[in-house]
Amino acid sequence: MEALKVANANLVVRVHPSKSRKVTEAVLAELSSLLFKFNETFDGVVLAYDPNNWSSAARILPGVHPYLNVGLSAKLLLFSPKPNMLIEGEVIKVCQQSIHLIVLGFSSAVIMEEDLRDEFKYKFKDGKEVFISQQQKKHRIENGAVLRFAVKSFDEEILHISGSLEPAHTGNVQWLEKNLEKWSQVESSKGRRSD
Amino acid sequence: MRVELAVSHNTPKMEEDINLSDSELVFHVRNALKLSIQGECDSYNQLVEVIRHNQKLGPEEVALLVTCLKALSGAVSCINLVHHENLINAIFGMCLWNYRTDVMDALVELILSLAASSGKYVNLCLDMLVGNFVPPPYFNTMLNEPRALTRKSQVLDCVHSTLKDIADMVPLSPMILEEKITERMPKPPMNLDPVAMVMYVENMLRLENGDLGPLVGRMMLVAIVDFLVSLDEQIPWDDIPEDDFTKGIFDMELGEFEGVGDDVEHDSDEMKESWIQKYLGGNKFAMKLDNLLVLIFDHLKLCCESGRLTQVFEILLQSFQKTVLPIYKSRFTQFVMFYACSLDPENCGKKFATMLLDVFMNTVHPENRMSAVAYLASYLSRAKFVSASSVATMLGSLVDWCSDYCKNQDGGINPKVHKVFYAGCQAIMYVLCFRMRSMVLIPRLKLQLQLLNIGEILRHPLSPLKVCLPLIVEEFFHVVSEAQLFTFPEMQKADGSLESELSRAFGGVEGLDMFFPFDPCLLKKSDSFIRPNYVYWSMVKSTPDDDEEEDDSDDDVDEAWGDEGIDMVDRGGRSFENHAFDDGFDRSFDAMSITPKESLLHKFVAKHSRMQMPSKIRPSTSPESL
Repeated sequence: MEALKVANANLVVRVHPSKSRKVTEAVLAELSSLLFKFNETFDGVVLAYDPNNWSSAARILPGVHPYLNVGLSAKLLLFSPKPNMLIEGEVIKVCQQSIHLIVLGFSSAVIMEEDLRDEFKYKFKDGKEVFISQQQKKHRIENGAVLRFAVKSFDEEILHISGSLEPAHTGNVQWLEKNLEKWSQVESSKGRRSD
Repeated sequence: MRVELAVSHNTPKMEEDINLSDSELVFHVRNALKLSIQGECDSYNQLVEVIRHNQKLGPEEVALLVTCLKALSGAVSCINLVHHENLINAIFGMCLWNYRTDVMDALVELILSLAASSGKYVNLCLDMLVGNFVPPPYFNTMLNEPRALTRKSQVLDCVHSTLKDIADMVPLSPMILEEKITERMPKPPMNLDPVAMVMYVENMLRLENGDLGPLVGRMMLVAIVDFLVSLDEQIPWDDIPEDDFTKGIFDMELGEFEGVGDDVEHDSDEMKESWIQKYLGGNKFAMKLDNLLVLIFDHLKLCCESGRLTQVFEILLQSFQKTVLPIYKSRFTQFVMFYACSLDPENCGKKFATMLLDVFMNTVHPENRMSAVAYLASYLSRAKFVSASSVATMLGSLVDWCSDYCKNQDGGINPKVHKVFYAGCQAIMYVLCFRMRSMVLIPRLKLQLQLLNIGEILRHPLSPLKVCLPLIVEEFFHVVSEAQLFTFPEMQKADGSLESELSRAFGGVEGLDMFFPFDPCLLKKSDSFIRPNYVYWSMVKSTPDDDEEEDDSDDDVDEAWGDEGIDMVDRGGRSFENHAFDDGFDRSFDAMSITPKESLLHKFVAKHSRMQMPSKIRPSTSPESL
């Protein structure tokens, strides 16, 4: 999946004097406060951190509140979706006007009806709402399916993704994995014939 | 599936006399929204008018409203935050309490669609739902009617299920929900509507106990405790005349009126009421706090029944340590902990005492440590559900700490420098005043007490007996001489003073020398929860009659502490010196009385002399002591 990257960051954590007895705990708490929030400096959402190379010489900052300046470097796992990136998410709700997904368990995503390829038609079958491809009947989008979709936009405050199933190679991941090669060949031969 | 629009005469004729399928309706609404962006606003304005109405709706208008809301749910992708500001304001301005379930369902469906369609709407949706935690003001007067209760149930069910649905679709929404709830929480001292306030907290507790509990429950409990503290702080003890405090005494604990003769009982209830009325009756914050405490006690009981108490208690414990413990003057909020402990003494009760002991022994901030030991002493003394053996263990730890402290000191009295030590000593004496009589009845515990270095500590040149509150020291002498466990050659006749210069010095400006956090709860409704597990001084205090009617008094002790395996009665008589002390004590009480001589209270005191533990009340510290 695109949009995930690992970054090496050199950080300085300012520890409050009251935490001077538990510096490690304080630093980790400070790093944890970065989680699941979009950070402009890292240009992404911090999903995990792995601190290493702690500086053994923390500095005490002069001033009224002598904070401790602790230097460290850390590996950060970042989620940074950009337009047209392909990402995956689990469908949690299908309705006529939209498909709702959860990406990586924390980010909500929606694909509106107008962002679906024309081949997908809404059906209400056996009490379930589903989008079915008119070209490939087994290509279905329903609750619980994992979808690969393109990013249209990303709301950095609420971490909400607006997605699209317009590009080729998007849709139900399970179906794509099984049929992509075959489908691509068919599509390319169609293209050649049309030429 | 088809929807037939019924159009009334006085409603905007957006769609007249036509039958539209759901999808056609959605198409029309989308079209109206798109056209409005291009400047053709007629249909859009009609739509806004349907949603934003000022008068009571007839059945046909209700049907039109439901239809429009449903159609909008399918057209959320066409709603533009800038161009459709009026529509958005109209939607989020709707109040669920004003509608029947069909409108309510359609509205929350739209809210859910908006929240799921774009991150921009999540804040607005959550804010609107939290706003519906409480009814509009006109509703408050009818809340006791069955019809209103049904509506309340419908609205709140709807709100909470929608919050859950939004959380399912937008996993990070609970984080925003927490913010919205704390933002909208009423902030004292503003004029709080009591009904709305209770209902707001009721909703917070419902969230804590519901599907979103694991996500937002912690924050809800913490916010509620903070709110209780802020209300607690608003109760102005300063209203009580200063003279009362310089005399400084409640002549008797309110709880002591329980169980006295029938002839006195009725009058004593009146007396109790009058005291509560005098100090709290006119206080709107006290009444609100009382109602909230009852709500929380009920919630804790529910948690206990569903096996969630341990989990909830952990949060409360942390919140208590962070918020309540350091303020030194909370009077009622701490009873949340007391009640939770009473529901599960073995687990919660022990955790609470251990935490307090840990703060006292192992933290840095002196005032916090003094506060913790005051809480510990008050808790061990007042909680009926804490076994004598647990008290003995805690006392052992306190005494060991004080003993170690003494070993490292060779100076004399210095209340300010050694204030933590003096607080520890006072706590030991206070607990023994309440618990020694029951503990010496158990041979194992009696032996345990004898082995403690209490005498050594109290005789140390730091002279805790001279620094701690004189009334506690006096009562301690009395209890000790009765139990004949320790001897103190310097036992002196009481001078009857409540405080001394030295005690004030170690208590500091916070008045921690006079801080007894679990003194009887003066809030009437809350007290009914606390009372069954609470030890009043009269339940453990020996009286001169005890010496004559020993059997009866032993029964009293059993009753006070429950069945703790007491298998031996070994209680010594009292010495001549102690009787002399008693006389002085009684006189001191008379001298300290703030009640008119001819009052009922005074008669009662005269009739039941030596029934009172020195009790007092002071604004900055505690509603009642000992």
